[in-house]
Amino acid sequence: MEALIIDSGGANLASLQFALERLGARAAVSCDAREIAGAARVVLPGVGSAADAMQRLRRSGLAELLPTLRQPVLGICLGMQLLFERSAEGATECLGILPGTVRRLQAARGRPVPHMGWNQLSDSRRDPLLEGIEPGEYFYFVHSYAVPASELTLAGVQYGESISAVVRRGNFWGTQFHPERSASAGARLLGNFLGLT
Amino acid sequence: MRFRDHRVVGDILDLAARYRDEGADELVFYDITASPQRRSVDRGWVRRVARVLDIPFCVAGGIRSVADAEEVLNAGAEKVSVNSPALADPGLIGQLSGRFGSQCVVVGIDSQLTRDGYRAFQFTGDPERTRESGRDVLAWVREVQERGAGEIVLNCMGNDGVRRGYDIEQLRAVREICGVPLVASGGAGAPEHFTAVFQDAGVDAALAASVFHTGAIAIPDLKRTLRAAGIEVRT
Repeated sequence: MEALIIDSGGANLASLQFALERLGARAAVSCDAREIAGAARVVLPGVGSAADAMQRLRRSGLAELLPTLRQPVLGICLGMQLLFERSAEGATECLGILPGTVRRLQAARGRPVPHMGWNQLSDSRRDPLLEGIEPGEYFYFVHSYAVPASELTLAGVQYGESISAVVRRGNFWGTQFHPERSASAGARLLGNFLGLT
Repeated sequence: MRFRDHRVVGDILDLAARYRDEGADELVFYDITASPQRRSVDRGWVRRVARVLDIPFCVAGGIRSVADAEEVLNAGAEKVSVNSPALADPGLIGQLSGRFGSQCVVVGIDSQLTRDGYRAFQFTGDPERTRESGRDVLAWVREVQERGAGEIVLNCMGNDGVRRGYDIEQLRAVREICGVPLVASGGAGAPEHFTAVFQDAGVDAALAASVFHTGAIAIPDLKRTLRAAGIEVRT
């Protein structure tokens, strides 16, 4: 089993790498277009701002490469948001692989932003990525921006509104939560990803 | 103990694994003598902890620059927490949230009642160097949010280590003006203290150390108590 983690210059690739290694996978980190194109599976992580991350992907030529990938691709948190057309965060044009816009979460009493914490998924649909994940399992979210639920949504989460927790179109998956920090439920999801071809 | 005579509570990795297995939702590692000793937290152990943990964790201790934070985050921490360095250089908060996003940036506040009201204290890891920063706690809570803090940990020093419960009154006042996640710290001694701080102060999370380290409260039991009180907790 192997997965390549895209190093788009952001921080915190280690936790993802360790999580994949705990599952017995080889998890190389690279920003080399040729290595990414040839990888069995690709993970697009993301910590930082959308504008920063897109600038890095454009500078390294990966913004053109990523939409052409045919192997399973998993975007995590900001990495998932980057798969969409644009983000309200810094009015950023994103990769445009998935249709839709990333919006800012609205804070309210009892619902602070950033949204940080463990939440249950709702309305899960069947998908190989979610195989064996029981309804009501908790995943760890940390974000201020989100994608509203749409026909791409495999599982949602309620945070004032219904937002996308897991999305998919074709070979592109995304999770708004951090599976690498979501205990055994997250490990299960990453294990499922490592089984995708 | 009240911030004096810090006890060594066992090997960090064993503790991290124990809390992971018991169902802790997040761990916070404070290298409390880093700032008073003008050091920064050791990246090597952050990496070792990251290898075994599959839950989020936050690291604090002498993080004085974007470069310091980047190294700690690259080593596998989810968030960095700044306290004394932010009081010394409030601009640091904006620099960190600009670079990593506010969700990575926790501001810890050590609050103690003085003749002038609640004040933020610096260098509380070393009794010899602990000093009042001159900042009013509520004003500081407002300022750190404007500067980009994504979470505030309010450590109520008067209650810390005495296990008589969280400082509900102070936390409630801070909650009123805190639009980012607020974590209660200081005073946990019994499961009902946790119930009270969630129900009466409306905090987003409750932090405790000694009651867990000593085994006085087991996390699974605590979660059962909270669930029975109608507070949603991860199972």
